[in-house]
Amino acid sequence: MAKLLALTIIVIAIASAVPVVMHTWEAPADVSTHGHLIDEQMSETMIEAGVSFLAAQIILAIFIWKFSSFHTDGKTRTFPGGAKGLVIAALVLVGAEVLALGAFGVKAWATVYFTPPSADALPIQVQAGQFAFYFRYPGPDRKFGALHPELINEANQNFFGLDPEHDPDARDDIVTAEMAIPVNQEIHLLMHAKDVSHSFYVPALRIHQDFVPGLDLSVHFTATKIGKYEIVCSQLCGLGHYSMRAYLSVMSREDFNDWLKKEAALQ
Amino acid sequence: MDATSAAHAAQHHAPPTSFIRKHVFSLDHKVIGKQYYALALVAVLTGMVLSWLMRIHLGWNNAAIPGLQFLSANGAPAGKMTPEYYLELMTMHATIMVFFVLTTAPFAAFGNYFLPIQVGAEDMPFPHFNMMSFWTTFVAFCVLISVFFVGDGPPLSGWTAYAPLSAIGKVAGPGQGTGQVLWATAIGIFCIGQLLGALNFISTVLDMRTKGMTLARLPVTAWAWFITSCMGLTAFAVLMPACVLLILDHVAGTSFFVASGLVINDQLLPHSGGSTLLWQHLFWFFGHPEVYIAIVPGMGIITHVLITNMRRPMLSMKAILYSLWALAFLSYMVYGHHMFVSGMNPFSSLAFSFPTLMITIPSTILVLIWIGSLYGSKLRINSASLFALGFVSMFVSGGVSGFFLAQPSIDIMLHATYFVVGHFHMVMGVAAMFGIFSGTYFWFPKMTGRMMNETLGKVHFWLSFVGTYCIFMPFHYLGWAANVRRFASFTDDFLKPLIPLHQFITVAALFTGAVQLIFIYNLIHSRFKGAPAPDNPWEGTSLEWSMPSPPPWNNFGGKDPVVYHDPYQYGVKTSTGADYVMQNSPEQVATGGD
Amino acid sequence: MPESHRTEKKENLEVMATTVQEPPKTEARRMPARSEAGISGNGGWRNLVPSEGHLLAVGEYSPPPSSSAIWVGIAAITMSFAAFTSALIVRQGSSTDWRHITLPSILYLSTTLLLVSSVTLEIARRRVATFMGGLKSQVASPGRWLYVTLSLGLLFVAGQYMAWLQLRSKGLYLATNPNSSFFYVFTAVHALHVMGGLGGLVRVISKLNRSVLRRSTLDATSYYWHFMGVLWLYLFLLLRMKL
Repeated sequence: MAKLLALTIIVIAIASAVPVVMHTWEAPADVSTHGHLIDEQMSETMIEAGVSFLAAQIILAIFIWKFSSFHTDGKTRTFPGGAKGLVIAALVLVGAEVLALGAFGVKAWATVYFTPPSADALPIQVQAGQFAFYFRYPGPDRKFGALHPELINEANQNFFGLDPEHDPDARDDIVTAEMAIPVNQEIHLLMHAKDVSHSFYVPALRIHQDFVPGLDLSVHFTATKIGKYEIVCSQLCGLGHYSMRAYLSVMSREDFNDWLKKEAALQ
Repeated sequence: MDATSAAHAAQHHAPPTSFIRKHVFSLDHKVIGKQYYALALVAVLTGMVLSWLMRIHLGWNNAAIPGLQFLSANGAPAGKMTPEYYLELMTMHATIMVFFVLTTAPFAAFGNYFLPIQVGAEDMPFPHFNMMSFWTTFVAFCVLISVFFVGDGPPLSGWTAYAPLSAIGKVAGPGQGTGQVLWATAIGIFCIGQLLGALNFISTVLDMRTKGMTLARLPVTAWAWFITSCMGLTAFAVLMPACVLLILDHVAGTSFFVASGLVINDQLLPHSGGSTLLWQHLFWFFGHPEVYIAIVPGMGIITHVLITNMRRPMLSMKAILYSLWALAFLSYMVYGHHMFVSGMNPFSSLAFSFPTLMITIPSTILVLIWIGSLYGSKLRINSASLFALGFVSMFVSGGVSGFFLAQPSIDIMLHATYFVVGHFHMVMGVAAMFGIFSGTYFWFPKMTGRMMNETLGKVHFWLSFVGTYCIFMPFHYLGWAANVRRFASFTDDFLKPLIPLHQFITVAALFTGAVQLIFIYNLIHSRFKGAPAPDNPWEGTSLEWSMPSPPPWNNFGGKDPVVYHDPYQYGVKTSTGADYVMQNSPEQVATGGD
Repeated sequence: MPESHRTEKKENLEVMATTVQEPPKTEARRMPARSEAGISGNGGWRNLVPSEGHLLAVGEYSPPPSSSAIWVGIAAITMSFAAFTSALIVRQGSSTDWRHITLPSILYLSTTLLLVSSVTLEIARRRVATFMGGLKSQVASPGRWLYVTLSLGLLFVAGQYMAWLQLRSKGLYLATNPNSSFFYVFTAVHALHVMGGLGGLVRVISKLNRSVLRRSTLDATSYYWHFMGVLWLYLFLLLRMKL
């Protein structure tokens, strides 16, 4: 029975590794400028985790195979070096490994969070509310009108609570249900939560940030490939959480300008 | 008779006589332990059925589940689950499993039964508190289950109940009114029960050890329960205030967690100024130690089981104990890894990631010691030791995914995906459960005086081991493919191709769940018809094996045991030819342990 | 407990008393060194035999006393209030709606009463210990100071209620603003724990009157009560500074 268990563990370990090695299921291709740092970090970690996983399971299996019989006259041996070697290995090898992972990962994190957006980043505001994302472009005055939550009215399509009558900055704001951005243009995404916590997750863009009611947060990124991508909400927000999404279209600059003009006309 | 035992004799109590005192409101820690175990059994079956309902819905989204409409006419009209009902079932599944199974069984059930025995005491120092602890937990369970039947159903905010979704009342969604308040109340009551329990456990270890039982001679299970109690004391004492504040936001119009200017259903909410992240900080300060509370007793149990079956001590008990303490200590410093992209200061995210990476070290030491100790041993294979070995394999599998989740940059991709769900199910849902199974097969003879059926036990192990890998390993693949969690349906373009994998998982889950019925059958059948168990069927050394199976109401028969050895005197030469010396045996032997 | 059973127990103890060579001391810290006596753990007899020889019968079921338990309980309560404190600090920083409130003046009086009650409790404790030690002649009505402490505690709780009334008269209710919310929450949770302490004092008085009080029960209840005072002092200063 012990031998069977050992074999089973090895089979399971290898079978588990196969889809990973074959890239059967993986994240969508990266279309961002910063995503390669995350992907590199992911590959590094995959190798280290994979090696640790396989080594531990296989050695466990071998030991179960070899040392699981009950002979009253069998000699028992101790692992060479006893606990000392193992503890030192854990402290030094694993310690160094995780510290390295942590240290190298700082760069990927810092690129996303510790660098400010550049001065010519295009500001776009996204508002998350049960169960849709709405987007707002500042228009030719390059200023966003103030938000007035008490003026929000879904029926009249005043999703953001703008007051164009009294607020000149709000008059040329462009509100859309889809997000479009020019390719290779840095975007400064201003995030506003309307009701409860939500999250902005675009796997292809390697961007993931929660909306926090009461806190106005922002992220910035640049898309490098034209295409249509899904923005999904990944923070449980109510019964419509699974269907809360929007499409992000990355377009050429000319197409984007056309799109923006069309949307402005619809306001 | 000397002063000590005479004093003890005067302290010892009369046996309970009435049925109520013996079986219902018992002060006996052994009965209380069994009551907790029974509660955990009911809870795990409930939680498992809920998981089946969830998995069926995920694999076959439009299927009608016959009969579900009787549980909730609104939630599943004609048996077809609504998205809100899916979330409600999910919330209840997690709440029941984390609190009423994983905290209750390995810690409250086995700990209550065996901790006083293993330290050589007749009972815990506060039997009335102990009894109240169980009944409080029971009341908490009843209040929790009641949400299925009141108002518009259970809350849908997950077991994590993030504010403001959980704080603004029924305007946020079905179940968010009465259901959420009852949920928070149930959890608050649960906290009180666990605090009373932790009080007893800690006092037992510090003050109730018998003569000769120094701290260094405590079995590893006693240490594990002690460490868990220390964590429980601090963690549950923080969750309770959080629940109080959440309830106040609901019923008293306060704004602890709800910010200003929020609009839902076109109405401006009256709250103002609250902090969304405050809930997350309070919750996860409890939440991370809680997962160690779920696993540490299991680590103690399988260590104890492996030692007994290897017939020799681990390579270093000190390394194991220091690692357990390190896990407990570090568990308070890592909680922010649940909040990397939550909007908290990104520098804090880095700060939390380093202790999270560091916690790999004590975990690795434990795994290496477990595996290294097998080298050159003579491991006996039985149900208990199989589940202990399974625990090690599962803990490795569940643990390595931690490498990914500990790094904020990688968490950008994996946060709130099935990768996280796979990680915690492997360590909590499988490894911790295997710890419970191992303990059950090991201690059932002592608790009931009968042996469990070994064949059924092995079948249970094999099918569960392969089955749980089939369920939870694929979760990681789903996560890598960016499959977001807590979705009632997979309607996004990039998720639809993953549905076949979900269906595979569902089939594995239903199968593995059904296999657990073998265990239930074994438990019940053996309880009444199992072969009579000897006092020491596994040839163990700790004090529980020195007493009859099952033990008398006063454990040591009114006498106090005297302890001469540590609990790892295996592989020694004794006068009787046995390869072990019991802790309370005066015999001195040549080879010694720690 | 039937009379005969009690007498029988007493006889056992008296028999024991003559065979004990070294009556163990009542002070926890003056136990014989564990290594000398070969004893680990409590032993269970610490508080049973007072140093002056006059024995008190123990209750029907009294497991060996646990001296660490009260500190464990105090640790848990401390953690809870630490959680509430951090909630206060975070909430204060999360918005600009913090409105300073003036603490009701009665709090100065009730604080004083609570602190004085700790003093009276200490007096009570020493007198009861002396009494339990058999030196009955030295102390008359050892329970008197316990009643004083109990009364001061009740007055404290009443004072807290009056503080609530004072706040309400100023239009400050639980949900009025975050400051008032925290005021009510802190004072209510503390008062609930104080009422638990009052229950403990009642229990001690009742056991003393029936001559079944153990030193450990008295000590534990006293530590808890003093903790209530220290905790209140901390809360009072916190509320003064922050609210």
